Amino acid sequence: MKIAVEHLTQQYGSHVVLDDVSFTAESGKVTALLGPNGAGKSTLIKTIADIQPIRSGKILVNDTDITTVSKTERAKMIGYVPQYFHYTSFTSVLDTVLIGRRPYMSWSVSDEDLEAVDAALSTMHIEDLAERFVNELSGGQRQRVFIARALAQNPDFFLFDEPTSSLDLRHQLETLAVMQKVVHANNSGMIVALHDLNLALRYADSVVLLKDGRIYADGKPEDVLTETAVRDVYGVESEVVEKETGRFILSYEPSY
Amino acid sequence: MRSPAKNMNNTAGKYHAVRRRKMTVIIILAVLLVVSSIIALGIGSVFIPPVEVLEALLHALFPGLIVAPEGTADIVVNFRMPRILLAVLTGVALAAAGAVMQGLLRNPLVSPFTLGLSSAASFGAALMIVLGPAVFGAAFAGSVAFLGFSFTVKSLLLILSAFLFGWLSVVLVYLISRSRQTSQAVMVLAGVVIGYLFQAGLLALKYVSNDDALREIVTWMMGGMWGATWQTVFILTPVVLICFFLIERKAWDLNTLSSGDDVARNLGINVDRFRIIGLLIVSFAASACLAFTGIIGFVGLMAPHICRMLIGNDYRYLLPASALMGALILLISDTVARVILAPVEIPVGVIMYVLGGIFFLFLITRGHGRYLS
Repeated sequence: MKIAVEHLTQQYGSHVVLDDVSFTAESGKVTALLGPNGAGKSTLIKTIADIQPIRSGKILVNDTDITTVSKTERAKMIGYVPQYFHYTSFTSVLDTVLIGRRPYMSWSVSDEDLEAVDAALSTMHIEDLAERFVNELSGGQRQRVFIARALAQNPDFFLFDEPTSSLDLRHQLETLAVMQKVVHANNSGMIVALHDLNLALRYADSVVLLKDGRIYADGKPEDVLTETAVRDVYGVESEVVEKETGRFILSYEPSY
Repeated sequence: MRSPAKNMNNTAGKYHAVRRRKMTVIIILAVLLVVSSIIALGIGSVFIPPVEVLEALLHALFPGLIVAPEGTADIVVNFRMPRILLAVLTGVALAAAGAVMQGLLRNPLVSPFTLGLSSAASFGAALMIVLGPAVFGAAFAGSVAFLGFSFTVKSLLLILSAFLFGWLSVVLVYLISRSRQTSQAVMVLAGVVIGYLFQAGLLALKYVSNDDALREIVTWMMGGMWGATWQTVFILTPVVLICFFLIERKAWDLNTLSSGDDVARNLGINVDRFRIIGLLIVSFAASACLAFTGIIGFVGLMAPHICRMLIGNDYRYLLPASALMGALILLISDTVARVILAPVEIPVGVIMYVLGGIFFLFLITRGHGRYLS
């Protein structure tokens, strides 16, 4: 399975946010979306997730144009985990994760729905939180709940908009590790917008590097993330180092 | 009843336990409402014990089978019953409308009252009282027959006018709050301002109207159940019930909206359309009731929040629970209003202002952090 983005262009008024973007993300792989603030990562994620309408271009899931399928069917193909922690009021973790089953339900909850929720809770190791209210949880716990909701949705592709941006170091690594495991185990696909290049090097199977709404380069992380690319796209001097524990990008000053 | 399967997983067990708890709360509320109604039917200038109330009700349903005590049937069925039912219907409509508005706009402080809908609907009704005879001429005093009841053209036009203005106010507040990046507080302030504007219109109408119209308008502004007749009940019952079930069917979409617009869109909801249609539906039911009762505040705020504390935010259960709670609050308040200074009646609107004001204060002080995250 794959998501193909073809010649996607998005603009707000006269401001072009995405300019003729084309790339392919395959299932069984973590695809990281990289680029500085304003490069269009968030807009790209939201457009693929059907949150923003497509202005021009196409998004194909397995060669099917997503605008030709019903919203409910599309919701079974593409799931989304937001960047921010949204308003939640007196909603238990269980009820929150159950919301991910919305594309499959009419009014009553089936045993299948509950099994999916159960599996999602245990994948994220939050079974013990099932009856807690979401607004009483810590940031890291909430993020797991929202990922569990996307797991319960059981889509072919997961889209993450900077899932690690408000998490501490350990939770960043844990979140991506668990998602990488899910993607590899279920052969589902994942597109994740990231700020941290080292997280991309560690967890991504392929990266798309955006600059000013265009694709600067895409491919394997070690091929795309070079010292030159970091200078061109981020305006930062850096050094790529190889350690026993992996490859790292050490950034040390803005380039002038 | 589902029998617990042997290897039923933990999540399903928790889910069904919580569901049973929610159903229990709803059943208790329903029982309390029925009991309160029977007691309220007996209270008044003539006290009728609950047993005789029941006999009178059964007599009305099965005239051949049950013989009612002399005189009580008339008092219970023809005089008190419409009023009780109007209080119940209005409580249902306002509380459900409040719960739905809070969900649709993701703002715990909105309700028909705080969005200015109450004032606007009353303005619409008053406008029809004052200008109706001039605009519609003789037809205004006429009547149409429907389902064996004859409805006056006036009462139908009143509902229409109250609905149009009630809805206008909600749309205005929604557009104001959408036009810029606004906070929850701004939306409530916009509602208060819109409410003031329509109250100003109401005052202007009072000033220019004649004695009869003035008395009717004053009744509306204070909010009370004394306009209740069987006709009223027969107009409102289908309106309230249909609106309630239309929105109850969308309970999952309301739940989904609580996760934010982006997540709701990703899960397949057309958010903008759902918001407008949802507001239209609940505003219709609330405005229709308010056209007969006048300004009743805070039911739409109190009932949903008390129920959220009891059973949580799942709209499938929150809506019926809130509706029953709203009916209970309004019925008890109206009964107190009838008897506390007997033989003088005070408007139930006054009691709701006092109760609601205290509750609103609680919500913005103690409730901070839990509700207003």
